[in-house]
This record gives sequence, C-alpha cells and structure tokens, in this order.
Amino acid sequence: MTASTAPPSAPLLAIRGLSKAFLGVQALDGVDFTLRHGEIHALLGENGAGKSTLIKTLTGVYQRDGGTVALEGREIAPRGVEEAQRLHIGTVYQEVNLLPNLSVAENLFLGRQPMRWGLVDRGAMRRRARAVLQPYGLSVDVTAPLGRFSVATQQIIAIARAVDMSAKVLILDEPTASLDAQEVAVLFKVMRTLRSRGIGIVFVTHFLDQVYEVCDSITVLRNGRLVGERRTADLPRLDLVAMMLGRELEAAAHRIDLGPAELDSRPPLASFKGFGKARSVEPFDLDIRPGEVVALAGLLGSGRTETVRLVFGMDRADKGEATVDGRPARLRGPRDAVRLGFGFCPEDRKKEGIVGELSVRENIILALQARQGWLKPIPRRRQEEIADRFIRLLDIRTPDAERPIQLLSGGNQQKALLARWLATEPRLLILDEPTRGIDVGAHAEIIRLIERLCADGMALLVVSSELEEIVAYSRRVVVLRDRRHVAELRGGEVSVERIVAAIASETPNPIASETPNIEVRQ
Amino acid sequence: MTGALQRFLPLVVTTAVLVVGFLICAAQFPNFASWRVVANLLTDNAFLGITAVGMTFVILSGGIDLSVGAVIGFTTVLLAVLIEQGGWHPVPAFAVALIAAGGFGAAMGGVIHVFQMPPFIVTLAGMFIARGLGFVLTTDSVPINHPLYGELNDMALRFDFGLKLTLPALLMLGVVVAAVVLAHWTRFGANLYALGGNRQSAELMGVPVARTTVAVYGLSGLLAGLAGIVFSLYTGAGYSLAATGVELDTITAVVIGGTQLTGGYGYVVGTFVGVLIQGLIQTYITFDGSLSSWWTKIAIGVLLFVFILLQKGLLVVWAGRGGEPAEA
Repeated sequence: MTASTAPPSAPLLAIRGLSKAFLGVQALDGVDFTLRHGEIHALLGENGAGKSTLIKTLTGVYQRDGGTVALEGREIAPRGVEEAQRLHIGTVYQEVNLLPNLSVAENLFLGRQPMRWGLVDRGAMRRRARAVLQPYGLSVDVTAPLGRFSVATQQIIAIARAVDMSAKVLILDEPTASLDAQEVAVLFKVMRTLRSRGIGIVFVTHFLDQVYEVCDSITVLRNGRLVGERRTADLPRLDLVAMMLGRELEAAAHRIDLGPAELDSRPPLASFKGFGKARSVEPFDLDIRPGEVVALAGLLGSGRTETVRLVFGMDRADKGEATVDGRPARLRGPRDAVRLGFGFCPEDRKKEGIVGELSVRENIILALQARQGWLKPIPRRRQEEIADRFIRLLDIRTPDAERPIQLLSGGNQQKALLARWLATEPRLLILDEPTRGIDVGAHAEIIRLIERLCADGMALLVVSSELEEIVAYSRRVVVLRDRRHVAELRGGEVSVERIVAAIASETPNPIASETPNIEVRQ
Repeated sequence: MTGALQRFLPLVVTTAVLVVGFLICAAQFPNFASWRVVANLLTDNAFLGITAVGMTFVILSGGIDLSVGAVIGFTTVLLAVLIEQGGWHPVPAFAVALIAAGGFGAAMGGVIHVFQMPPFIVTLAGMFIARGLGFVLTTDSVPINHPLYGELNDMALRFDFGLKLTLPALLMLGVVVAAVVLAHWTRFGANLYALGGNRQSAELMGVPVARTTVAVYGLSGLLAGLAGIVFSLYTGAGYSLAATGVELDTITAVVIGGTQLTGGYGYVVGTFVGVLIQGLIQTYITFDGSLSSWWTKIAIGVLLFVFILLQKGLLVVWAGRGGEPAEA
C-alpha cells in the first residue's frame, strides 16, 4: 500500500509496522509512515484513526508496543520529549506550548541558555533570539512577554524554537486550528521555507484545502490502520475523502421517499440568515421546516458540531439573525433555545448528557423540570407516568425506571437522553451523532424512531458521520467543509456519492487569493 | 519602552510606597531619618527577609510553603538543645540545622511532585510536623549562652557615614543579592518562572520538573533554617512557639512586592521592598508610642488589600489591550 517508488537514499523518517495498544484497544495496528527530506506530509484521519497516538509515539510521550522507527536509517525509541528533541524531532501543538509569562528570548532558549562564567548571558540570549527569528520575518521585542503576541506569532516562535534546536523532523499538530486565513498564509510560507532547507514536516490538519495547498504527500489512517500513502498530486479529493471515511463509493444510493411534497411550501419553523461566528463557522443560511429531517454531513472538524452549537445557543453567533415562526428570535444561550422549543442531544452523552448516578426516571424528566422551573416540582406520580411512557415508547431496556442510568447499555442511555428531550415536546430536536457507540440493533431502532418523530410534525437537525444513515432518513443534507456550508442536497439528490463529492469539491480558496504581506526571507 | 514599564510597574509602585512612607515618617518624627533607623529596620526584619526570599521562589514556581514559620521555630529549638543541652559548638549545630531544614523542605517538594499533591496541603502538614517536633525537643524557652553568640551579635560592618550593618542584616542583603542572580542569571531561575507559568508546557519544553520542584522547596526550607539561626541570634533563645504566623507575614511581603500568587510573575527585589514596608509600619508605630501594635496588622491588611486590587486592575488593563499583532 505504501509508495512504490523507492527513495534514492534512506528516508528521513521510516516507521514500519508500528503498533500500540491501550487497555486492549489497538490504537495503532501495524502502521507504516515515511517522511522524506524536504517534504510536507499530511497525516489525515477521522476521530480515533490513530494520528495522535502516532505522534505521541514519535515524540516519546508513549512507548511503542511493536514495529520500528528509524531516523535517517538509525533506529530510535525516544523515552521522553527531551530525548525526542535531542534526536531532532520537534513538535508544535495546536495550543501553543510555550510560556506566556516568559520573554520571547527566554522561550526560545529555555533549558539551553547561552552561559558565561556559569551564569546566563542575557545579552547574548537577546542577540541570538533576534537572529533566530530574523529568517521568519519576525522583528518583535524579544524581551517582551510571549503572551503579548498573537497566537500566530507565538506559533511561529514555537516553530523557530523547534527548528533552532536542530529539528530535522517537525511535527505540526493542527497548528492552523485557531488561526485566521491571513495567519495561515504566513505559517505556510514558513513551512515552505523550512521544506526548502530539507526539513521534513508532518502536518496534521482537518482542513482539506490546506492539505492540497501545502502538502507533497498524504498518509491516511483509519481505526488505527494504514489506509494508504499517496502523492498529493495523484490523489483526487474524492478519493481522499473516500479513503478517510472508508466508504465504498459504488455503494448504491437507496430509498428515496421524498416525504410529502407540500413540506417545501410550509413556512419554516426556524430560519437562520447569515448566521455565523468568527473562528467557529462561516455565516450560513439554514431553513428548517416542521416535519423534516435536515442532516449536517462533513468530516470531523468541518463545522457540524459548531453549527448545532450556534443553533442551540451554546455558542453565541456574532453574525446574522435567527427567526422562529417568522419572528426574530434571541439565542443568547441554551435557555433561550429551550424556551423556543428546541431540544439538544449532545454527542458525548457521558460528559454532556446523562447524569450517571440519577435514575432513568430522573434523567428523563430533567429537561422538562428545568423548563418548568425548579420551584414547581413535577408530582412524583406524573414523573412516573412520563418515565414509563417513554420507556415503553422507545423500548428502553431497564428493569424499572428507578435504576441508575449508568448501569444501562450505551444504546439505552442514548434512548433515555432522547426521551428527556421528547418529554419537553420540542418543536426542533437537535441530535449530534445519535448512533455513535451503540450496537447495530439499537441503531436501527433509533433511525426508525427518528422517522416516526418527523411524521408527528417535529423537525430534526441531525449531525452524523454515518453517511448511509443520513441518506436513509434525511430529506435535506447540508454538507460542510472547512467550517463552511458548501452544499445543500435535497430529496432525490441525497445519496452517499453526492455527499462525498460535495465534501471533496473544490471551492475558491480564500487563503490563496489573499496576498500575504509578510516576507519570509531565507 | 512601554513593555518594560508595564512589567516593572508593580515593583515601581511598591518602591514608591516605601519611599513615600519613609518621607512621611521622617516628616512626622525628627529623629526618623537616620542611619540608625535604617540599620535597625534591616536587622529587625532580617529573618523575615531571608524567609521571604525562599517564599518568593516557591510562589514564582506556582506553589506555596506554609511550613516556614514552624521551621524557624524548630530550628531555634534544635540549636538551643544542641548547644545548651548537648554541649555542641554553635558552628556544627548551625550546619546540622541548615541540613535538617533544607532536607525537610526538599522532602515536602518530593511528596508534592511524586504524589501530585497540592502544595498547600503538603506544607500545611509540614507546618504541623515541624511545630510538633519542636515541642518534642522541649516545650520551654531555652536561653543560649554560648560566647560565640555574643561575638556574632557584636559583629557589624560599620561605614564612616554612620551606617552599621549587623550580621543578620548582612546575611539578609547577601541572600537577596544571591537570589536576584539565581532568579535571573541561572537556568534554575528560568525553570522556576517556567514552572509557574504553565507546568505542562514547561515539561514539554524539557524543564526538569521533578528536580526543580524538590530544589525550590529545599531552598525555601534551607532559607527558613538560616532565618531560624538569625532569629536565635536575635533573641538569644530557642522556643518552639517562636515565629508563629511568620509564613503569613512572608506571603504578605511577597504579594506586596508584586509577585502574583498564581506564580510565574514577580521579582525578588519586590519582596525585599515588601519586607521593608512591613518593617517601616512597625517602626512608625514604635516611634508614635501611643498606638497599639495591632495597628501594624491593620495597616498591613489594608496595604495588602490595596496591592491585590492594584495587581488585578493592571491585569484587567493589560487584557483589555489584547495581543499585539506580529510586526512585519
């Protein structure tokens, strides 16, 4: 599966058959990865693909279980960050891991300050700091605390530190996640300069446009296994997305029950115009009509979850407006959303959803009680009625309503969470990955349930990575990429193929079109 | 440069308070502006200043050391017992006391690092243990009558213009100078600031976290031991209840000196000025004669409050300015 063209000399970094397991879970299973001198190599994969495990094995945070790692032909096994640095492997993380309280110079030279007569030579440190930053086009006050500078500047300083510590391999772990287009352009310029100096860069990102803009090669992982390595130029986007998602593209588009055609003529329940938030998701338009399922599809980090967080008021939009029932609606927080009749089942039910110690009944009535206000307790009899009704309706497998919910299986917890919101009789229910981590049987039931709910006139907004699932129940699919809504498929257009094509489609790139004003000197 | 001014502003304010305070005192009491008052200020607060230097390092690294007062008390008792009851010469007794105090601090640092326990709890336990050990040795106040104590107390550096620096004062000044060098011209100092800034980042940048943590608490213990020696010279006795509450006085001096309790920001010199401000208030009340000594506490309390508000205000102002864009 790896590149067939044999490199002329030993590659900069050669990983063969790398394996790592945690508590019996195989996080990495025989993964190969090859980084050549002067190459920017994208490491891609969805959640749980094994990217971060691979990186942490390289930087000495984890010790590998099996396989070999060779740096310029020499076997290495770093046992810590320090040792990895000595072996010329430098890492820059998404959140800059430098010290905001120290000066720029101190950050650059921490642990390796120039010394004279047993003391730190602060003058020499300042001079050398300026010299180190000069090629990056940064002329900053090196005595100023690092925290005074923008994230992008801090990131470049972190890269400068890593490179100055004679890094041959530079790992950039989602460095662009919190940068704007302008800052990304500067970063890319730095990366290209470093590449021309023969440094190998491992670039982890969720942004496909960025992959195609700077990367020479791409390695895709999925579920801890290597899917393949390709030259960027030889890999169409469509194939890349297919590699990441692991979909067989020929898988037929099935169904399509369009649902009553008059749905489109119904006035939207909720309507969002130019809704967006800086550094979260670009402004989008979205109408949701009663009785329809709208799905949000896209890769991890494409802005799906960010979109539903805005819709539910968990993040406050800084652009655009929302209308509900044709009237302007205020969405300053989840409380506003609940008052408008919205419900939200979060993705991570353990962290954001269930209250493990409370009983199934208490978990189910939680949202209803919250909406009524805690001063007006729902009578115990009524609580039991509601709980029993939903346990029957959703077929929640529990001996009785008083069982602590943490003792239920994942699928049943998910159904109880659904019940919590259904009990409030929401008009719009938002489901973030409703089928994640549930077994196949419960999976089908939840899909059936979704269909039934809509027949009753409720609107659903669903985020899911399971494309077949989306195709099975959605009337409309909004496709996101790189935090933008890039396409909307409706009715007969909805198919796995079309969704994948939309995810992979190329749109004008705002980064390339802007001319960066920062010179990177060599 | 505005950046430099920003960073030194707390220090500048503290120093201004000291100077203004001294001028007010001098205006009110004709005899105040004399070398004698300055000399006494240094001598009387020497043990506090030495301890506060260690506390500054601990707080800079993001920790706290509540045991220092108890360690001072224990050291005085240990010296008294060794010299008076054990018949030791003071010099080896000093060495034993310093080793014991430094080792005690280092052990607390080890516990804090290995078990990832909050320094507040560990050093609180250390405070009780040190205080208790003092009582185990003796519950009485034991006078120390060794001739060397008299000689050491008479030792002083006299300047022609009238300043007389006693041994405790000299020790404190020496410790402060050494501490400034340690903080800003050694890798250990940079590691301390790094640790106080962000422990995880510091670790990822290769700072030896374990060694630095043990060393900083060891240093704080060692300096508390040295302060104990100075205290026993100053009082000529060993008493297990000595220096009760000194840990809080030192923390006060550190905070008034502009060091942030959360770690990572501050200067040793600021702490020294903070100690002198506390001493100045005490001296004022002594000069006045009619005020209760509790006014010292009230004045220091108000001052502490004002300084914390000032720091908070500065942080808010800086945050409002936001990050500066990179210059092209």
